[in-house]
Amino acid sequence: MGKTLAEKIWADHVVRSAEGEPDLIYIDLHLIHEVTSPQAFDGLRLAGRQVRRPDLTIATEDHNVPTLNIDQPIADPVSKLQVDTLRKNCAEFGVRIHSLGDIDQGIVHVVGPQLGLTQPGMTIVCGDSHTSTHGAFGALAFGIGTSEVEHVLATQTLPLVRPKTMAINVEGTLKPGVTSKDIILAIIAEIGTGGGQGYVLEYRGNVIRELSMESRMTVCNMSIEAGARAGVIAADETTFAYVQGKPHAPKGAEWDAAVTYWRTLHSDADAVFDREIFINADELEPFVTWGTNPGQGLPLNASVPNPADIADEEERGAAERALTYMGLVAGTPLKEIKVDTVFLGSCTNGRIEDLRLAATILGGQKVASGVRMLVVPGSARVRLQAEAEGLDKVFIDAGAEWRSAGCSMCLGMNPDQLAPGERAASTSNRNFEGRQGKGGRTHLVSPLVAAATAIRGTLSSPADL
Amino acid sequence: MEKFIAHTGTVLPLRRSNVDTDQIIPAVYLKRVTKSGFEDGLFGAWRNDPEFVINKPEYSGATILVAGVDFGTGSSREHAVWALQNYGFKVVISSRFADIFRGNSQKAGLLTVILDQTDVEAIWAAVESDPTVALTVDLESKTVNYADRSISFAMDDYTRWRLMEGLDDIGLTLKNIDQVSAFEATRAAHKPETLPVLH
Ligand code: SF4
Repeated sequence: MGKTLAEKIWADHVVRSAEGEPDLIYIDLHLIHEVTSPQAFDGLRLAGRQVRRPDLTIATEDHNVPTLNIDQPIADPVSKLQVDTLRKNCAEFGVRIHSLGDIDQGIVHVVGPQLGLTQPGMTIVCGDSHTSTHGAFGALAFGIGTSEVEHVLATQTLPLVRPKTMAINVEGTLKPGVTSKDIILAIIAEIGTGGGQGYVLEYRGNVIRELSMESRMTVCNMSIEAGARAGVIAADETTFAYVQGKPHAPKGAEWDAAVTYWRTLHSDADAVFDREIFINADELEPFVTWGTNPGQGLPLNASVPNPADIADEEERGAAERALTYMGLVAGTPLKEIKVDTVFLGSCTNGRIEDLRLAATILGGQKVASGVRMLVVPGSARVRLQAEAEGLDKVFIDAGAEWRSAGCSMCLGMNPDQLAPGERAASTSNRNFEGRQGKGGRTHLVSPLVAAATAIRGTLSSPADL
Repeated sequence: MEKFIAHTGTVLPLRRSNVDTDQIIPAVYLKRVTKSGFEDGLFGAWRNDPEFVINKPEYSGATILVAGVDFGTGSSREHAVWALQNYGFKVVISSRFADIFRGNSQKAGLLTVILDQTDVEAIWAAVESDPTVALTVDLESKTVNYADRSISFAMDDYTRWRLMEGLDDIGLTLKNIDQVSAFEATRAAHKPETLPVLH
């Protein structure tokens, strides 16, 4: 019997396996940031241990950093302590770090791919649940906890229980204006926020194959929102072309050897998945969330659902609570919902292609009065690239704020936050209560919907302009 | 991780059930960047009450916590275990623990022992009438002993072996580190390294 992609990568990384014990898996790349690493380094120190492979480890500052006045000291003392601690730990243990102001600083999941450190067939971990992003390259990548961060630092391995596999086939033709963000929001609405628990999701089908690398990253990024620790997409010519020429991509004969290996990284025709689901791309529309978890989403043309229509008691209760928190009335057309803020950025949609997409809509237009729009590139390099292409001017001329790189308004850990009751259309990945600031209300959207919403002031797609 | 064969110490009787991890270590302490020094936050909300049992001088120096049913429920924060250990506890006894807390404690080397509620009550009564009563928790024989009583407890062989050998997950992996080195030697040359820095 053939193997699935995830099974192949797994098999290639088993250091040790014993009956009744988890497999010991070798980790090819360990990404770290300031929030989940301090106790791991402290644990090493307490035990007198070293980082086994600093040359397979890289750190960046993202969650806590401000996106304005980045040349000044971080104002919040807790944020500053976390960032300073990361810097000290990296210096002490010999780990490469890209600090605020460095050209390679940025959101950890944007930095790995742009440096060419994310490659097919690798195992990649980070103390951050959106590590699943890197699966877009045909890598097995997942988030881990602080104890596991310490384990990887000390041994470059992790004891892991092998996950099950789920195929998600997306076939058909996307309508204009429907993007990868809409695909993944529709998938999560279909299988639910717990539907992927215990599985590695493999996204496949003609629609996935036709996506650009950055769009694939958006899909894999949100695997965790469906409950899966990892999502993968088979590596192909699109992947190779994206990796080639990046700073840490293989060169010369090594490139050829790498590509030869990478071409084997797909699920065999006779591989059997533990579960398989099908999504008809013809039917997909721009998608938006109305509630307080990423599974509570609907096509933009729909109306706020009526909890009374939901049969499942638990889901009905959740919907009622969500509508109360979101300040929404059942039956309201989603397109009539007015927003205060639009956030374009995050590890889901903060890459250059996302900025380009939004700029195509915002060019020559104005952000509606009373609406603020934050455009936050995912990394310093993305920011520079956008500026080289003149995208910053498009955003600024439209009345948006052009910021420096970081997680920004994706989570309320840095100065970019929603005020209580404030409503946002956000290209990030989580609409949990308070995620973007205490009392803040989040609607998850694609970059195209974000741009159109900024112009009209109500949830909109480019077709409404 | 220190080896745990047997431990003898005095007891802090905590007559409360459903002590969740927010009570063990309140969220404000989670902003810390170390694994040590959490003893000041242990039972943070209750410590202000001079009548709270941990503040009574007769129980100072206790290293065994005997708590009510459902100890360690709530969020999965690993800090709860660190706080108990930082304070000086080596063993927690209860008639039922939350799963994640028990998993975290076994990883970190804090022994969690499950006894029947009647045995827990008996220990409370004994200690409250004489706080100097010493308890010996013997992992070798899987017994809790005090005065003339000896109570057996259950513990799976794998966890018991790990605790007696003093092996945390990292320690266990380090036992097999030669296999890791051998695997590393086969790592394909085309795989990237983060050092030296390339632009
Ligand atoms: S952008 Fe948001 S989801 Fe991504 S790493 Fe930062 S905080 Fe996490």
